[in-house]
Order: sequence, then structure tokens, then C-alpha cells
Amino acid sequence: MAHSTQTHQHTFENGLTLVAQEMPWLQSAAFTMAFPAGCRFDPLHQLGMANFTCEMVFRGGGQFDNRGLVEELEGLGCDYYSTCGVYHTFFGGALPAEGLESAMRVYAEVINEPHFPEAQLEDGRNACLQDIQALDDDLPGKTTLESRLRFYGDPYGRNSDGTLEAVSAMRIEELKEFYQRHYQPQGMLIAVAGKFNWPTIRQLVAELFGRKSAQDASEPTVRGGERGYRHLEFPSNQTYISLAWPGLPFRDENYYLLRGAIGVLSDGMSSRLFREVRERRGLCYSVGAHCHAILDRGAVFGYSATTTQSAQQTLDVMLEQIGLLSQGITQSELERMQVQFRSGLVMQQESCRSRVSALAGDLFHLGRIRSMEEIQNQIQSLTVQGINDYLASNPLGPFDIVTLGEMPLEITGAIPTTAT
Amino acid sequence: MQYRQQQLDNGLTILAECNDEAHFAAYGVFVRTGSRDESPEIGGVSHFLEHMVFKGTDRRSADQVNLELDEMGGSSNARTGEESTIYHASVLPEFQSRVVELLADLMRPALRDSDFETEKKVIIEEIMMYQDQPPYGGHELLMAEYFGDHPLGRSVLGTPETVGGLSSAQMRDYFAGRYCPGNMAIVGAGKLDFERFVADAEKSCGKWETLSATRVVVPAKPRFGFSSLVKENSTQQYLMQLAPGPCSTDDDRFAMRILSTILGDDSGSRLFWELLDSGLAESAGIGSCEFLGTGMVMSYICCDPDLAQENLERLHRVQMSALEGISEKELALAKQKIIAHILLASERTEPRMFNLGGQWLAGQVYKTPAEIADLYRQVTLAEVQAVAEKYPLTRNCTLSVGVRDDLQQVA
Repeated sequence: MAHSTQTHQHTFENGLTLVAQEMPWLQSAAFTMAFPAGCRFDPLHQLGMANFTCEMVFRGGGQFDNRGLVEELEGLGCDYYSTCGVYHTFFGGALPAEGLESAMRVYAEVINEPHFPEAQLEDGRNACLQDIQALDDDLPGKTTLESRLRFYGDPYGRNSDGTLEAVSAMRIEELKEFYQRHYQPQGMLIAVAGKFNWPTIRQLVAELFGRKSAQDASEPTVRGGERGYRHLEFPSNQTYISLAWPGLPFRDENYYLLRGAIGVLSDGMSSRLFREVRERRGLCYSVGAHCHAILDRGAVFGYSATTTQSAQQTLDVMLEQIGLLSQGITQSELERMQVQFRSGLVMQQESCRSRVSALAGDLFHLGRIRSMEEIQNQIQSLTVQGINDYLASNPLGPFDIVTLGEMPLEITGAIPTTAT
Repeated sequence: MQYRQQQLDNGLTILAECNDEAHFAAYGVFVRTGSRDESPEIGGVSHFLEHMVFKGTDRRSADQVNLELDEMGGSSNARTGEESTIYHASVLPEFQSRVVELLADLMRPALRDSDFETEKKVIIEEIMMYQDQPPYGGHELLMAEYFGDHPLGRSVLGTPETVGGLSSAQMRDYFAGRYCPGNMAIVGAGKLDFERFVADAEKSCGKWETLSATRVVVPAKPRFGFSSLVKENSTQQYLMQLAPGPCSTDDDRFAMRILSTILGDDSGSRLFWELLDSGLAESAGIGSCEFLGTGMVMSYICCDPDLAQENLERLHRVQMSALEGISEKELALAKQKIIAHILLASERTEPRMFNLGGQWLAGQVYKTPAEIADLYRQVTLAEVQAVAEKYPLTRNCTLSVGVRDDLQQVA
């Protein structure tokens, strides 16, 4: 097993939770500050508001204008980012450890006292609009996002970029309101990993974000997705295929049974999809499936891209292999999956960046962080019998299918889509 | 951390950075071969061969190779470039001997005809996949425009025609000439036993015939100009430029990386403030890339087609600004950024292995990440200015890809 490490978790009175993992053998540290200000809070007619707000917050606050902010972070050697997801807006970075506290102070100053500079509103808006336009050329990305939106519905299937129309019309007052409502310590998560001193970091976070939270934001209304098959016509060389079917939320006690089964289907070069679709038949370059989860629901997404003439066969073989999985996995498949997990855990331990994202993920999905030993035990305790029993009583499907390309595919009656 | 090096009698190089503090090790086989070593009629053979290596050997079927790699967990993959092909796997220490034996065995592939035809289809799928993605084959087209008949002008993947027309006999010939012990290195980094590493390599590779490969490094004669590739269904416009830069053994490369960071890093650079902060482009950057005997600096922009001509002019102004002076503050920030990046990468085993192998590929003397960081620290403002003058980025080969066909080179 990897280095023994010390982890910490502390929830402050105002509802902010800080988690941290000490990695004293490193010379670096990484952190993320996740505000409960994701795009799920975008009003339905103002999609893209959370992302645009994030863009404007990062344009300066406190003593820093946008140039001063970037120079200050870069002077610390900080590889920084700000990004908007469905639940959270994240600000963070990785840097030489001696700059960690300074970088967190800089971020806090900017986030707590943002300028929302009117003179830069159009620059910020244009940056957001460019991102939306660029997605138009990203055919795999478009297919995946359509699949996700259809499966999870609104707002949990959203892409935080929003729409050209909505972002074009947003006013700075509306962004400020969004900020006031959602950039609150209640529900905020901070994760730190690498070389640092825990009492110092805990004290620092209390100082920087110890303020009281305003009233809780109300939960957004959830609207159901769309089921069945959808084809997006586009004159591309390849046809992009995305399948979605019900999975499990991360906190579900059976999550790893499903994750293990999907690992057999898709992890590694001996996995069933890679072997049957690519290696044996040469149908495509990329094929795979992965588990995805929002807080209270999960999905499995399958993906491939292949030239138009091979697309039907690719879909058919994918569905056949997914169907065959319900008949069970073998001991050697399970063992390969387990060793891959074990290696992955060990390898993740050398990177403070990887650990920060794992800590934040645990905290969000489970409300606590797991030790390496606990994760390892979860994986090692999987059995063929356990996975096969799960698969027998929870057949994979039904499938929602999205394709993008020249021609729609034939979805025969034998395919258990949700359309019927 | 201990650097170790040894050569087998047949010329195969073994390199390692042994780190007892690590908890796994990364291994790579580095072959000095890539698209620049191909003749036009076998374009793409290096990359196709990389795929075929995983199809098995006289002792292993393709399924067995995949099974064994997965049984060791970790991550494994391969990559082919203009002048290298690299096979790599990261594994827990308990798999050291097994992974070295497997990687070594893979370097003597069976190259079966039946696998050849199936894999050809996968390669063509890969080519078609990239043709659908921005910049829609633009990079290959620009390299061809810039390098002309020079071998670096050829596509790494090849084309559906060259790959479709390849025979397994042509691949075998190419393999025999390039995968020679004198042209290869087995590299490890992380927790590994070096004596056992060498002994395992000797056992698996010691009997390979003592051969070496040569590479004729033809001087590049860059071509300058402007061309367009019209892509009707794209939304954004993609602008790319290539200009000469230092080669992979030229000490100027450190100053050039600092210069390109100041001018065109994706954050905090002059181009960033000009195009990205202002929302005039979705992405933009300037970065250097080195080969044996030649180097290049690439500038790129992805933006709304309506802004493309103005953005070309803005890029031109940023490039010109290099000649008007660089401040001490800019130099210090660029160094800090590069050195922090080196530090973060040096804490991870896999990047260290690639760094070690990369130095061998380029024929450089081994340097630790700390020593490389020092080389950047020592670069002076005068050296950065000198590089800016020696390699004017405005003298370039430009390609525009997208709906616009009326863009023009900036005067």
C-alpha cells in the first residue's frame, strides 16, 4: 500500500467543510474551493449564468484587478483554474507548497470582494460565448452532452456553458445577484492535499471564509429527461454513438458491484468492449463505458465513434456485449479489475492534484472522506458471486441512445430502449 | 534518487532513475523511429507498427498481451511521433520482472497478416476520427506546407491511401531496419531494482542481433506563406502558424521556451491579455517544439470567423512586440511558471520516466529536473532578446481552417 497519510475533516459553524490530506514527502500542494454555485441554479431562461458569474468573479476583487490577480498567482508558481460544474463553481490550483497559504488568501480576497468590473463585462461575455461556439465543433462532446441532458433531464444534465441567446442578454446586476445568493459558506467544500500544516490551514480557512451564510438557496425544480433514440444529423466522417442507462449513485451500497461489472466491460485492453469491438472486429478506434453519478442518481454511459458504414455493427456489438454481461463475469476478469484499481490508488497517491479531486469527490458524494484502506477493502471484498447476483437481478438497460452523424441507425425492436 | 545507465553488448541502452521512496515504477521502451524515418510510399508505417506490436509475438497472442498487461494493472500505452515511438507501462513493484519481460518480448512482434488487415481498419478509423476534429487535419497540412519535401512534412498517422496500400512485407522491412538494439533504450523510473532490471533486459534482449540504425538528418528548408483549408461545416476559425525555432540540442531552446511563455502561454502571456482575457478568441497560444536538426514555434488561435482577420493582426503585433523589449518582471514570472511546472512533474514517476527517455532520444546528457530548472533560472534577459531576434515569429507559414476563404497574411 502507499504512504500512510493523515487525513482531516472539519465542518465550521457556518456550514463550510474543509477536508485535507497530508502528503509531507511532496514539495507541492493543491487545493480546490467549491462554492455551491453550479449551473443547476441557472434560471431556465438564463442558462449560462453560473458560468458567466464565475468568469466575472475571476476578473478581480479586493486589491487585485484581473491582471494583478493572474500575476499574483503566477508569481507563486500556481497552476490555477476556475470552472463551473452542475453543483459547484470551483476555484483552485497546484503550486510549490510554500505558496499555498498566499494563494488561498488571494483567492479568498477576490471571491469575497469581487469587483464585477463593468468595463470588462463584454470581454467576459465574449469569452463565455466563444466557449459555446467552440462546442459546436466538438462532435464527441456534443453527442455526450446531448446524451447526458436527455438522461438526467434539467438541471442535472446541463452543460454549464449555457446558450448564446441567454448569455448575450445577461446583465451585470443579475450576475451580482447570483453571486450574492450562491457564493455562500453553507454547503461550500474546500479540499487541500500535499505539504501543509493542518492547524494553520484550518485556522486560515476560518479566517478567510468564517463569515455567516445568508439564507439557503432553494433547490431547483427538476424536469424529466427525454427517452428513447435521438439522432443529430451532421455531415461527419464518423458516427458518434452515446448510450445511457440507469446506474447507481456513488453512495449506494451496491455502487461497487455495478462499477466492478462496468470495469469488466470497459477497463483495460482485455475488457470486453475493447476486445470485441476494436480488437476482434476493427470497427473503431475508441469504445468504452463508464459509471457516472450525480448526488442521488447514477448512470452508465457507453461511447464509440466509427465511420458511418461501421456504425450499425458497432452499436449492435456494443449492445450485445452489454447484454452478455448480465450472464455474469469470471474470476479472472474480477482479479484483473481489482489489480487495476489497486494500482490506480497507489499511483494517485503521488499527485496532490489527483488527491484533491478525490477528496472533494468523496466529500460531495459521501459527506466524508475515505481512507485508502477503506477503498481498497471495498474493491477487494468484491466477489464474482456478488457481482453476478447483482447483474442477474438488475439487468443493464433500458437504453437511451444518441447518435450524431450522416445517417440515423436502425434501432430494432429487440433493443430495449426506453421509447416503447 | 539515483541515476543508473548501462549498455548491453548488442548496443541496447538501459536507463533508470531509481527512487526507493516511490511506490511503483514506470517503464518505457524508446525507439528512435517515427514518421521522419519513413519514405513517402510507406507513410504512417511507424504508427501502424506501434499498433501491431500489441498484436502479439511468437509466444503470445494479441489476447494474451492484453490480458497480461491488465493482470499487472497500472496503465500502459504507446505513442508515435515524428522521431520516436514509445511503449510504456506503469506497475507496482511486484511486477517489475514480468513487465520488463513483456515489454521486451513485444519488441519482437509476430506481425501476422491476419492481424495486419484488422488493425488497418482501426488505423483508418483513427485517421477519420482526427479528420472530424478541429483543426480537421490542419496540423498535418501545415507541417507539409512548412517542411515541403523534408521528412518532417509527412503525417505521423499517414493517410487512408498510404495506410490502405501498406503491405505486411513493407512493415517487416521497416521494422528490421529500425527496431535494432543500437536504436532503442529501455527506461525505468521509480521503485525498481536496477541490477535485476539489467539482468531481465539481458535475458530477454541480449540475443538480439547487434545492429544499429542510422537516421539521415536532412537540413530543413522551411517554406513561408499563407494557405486556407475551407471547412464548410465548422463554426470556429482555426489559425495556425509555424516559424523556425531552436533544435533539440540547441541551448537556445531554454530561452525560446521562456520567450514563448511570455508571448503565448495560455495564461498571463501577452497573447492571453490580447485575445483570451478580452474574449476575442476561444483559445490561443504560442509554443516551441524541437526536433533533431531543426525546431519550430507554433502559434495558434481558435476564434469566431468574423474576428479571424483582426486576430491575425493582433497575433502579429504580439509577435512583433518581442523585438520591442521584454521586462524583468515578465522574465521572472515566466521562469517561475516553468520551474513550478518542472517541480510538480518531478514529483510524479511517469513524467520522470518520459523525461529520462526524452533526453536519450534527443541525444542529450542526463540532467535531473532540478538541474533543468537551474538552466531556466540562468537564462538572462539578453539571451531571451537574442532568441527573439534570431527567430522572428512573423516570418512564418500560416494556415487558416474554417468557413472563411478570404483571410490574408498580415503584411
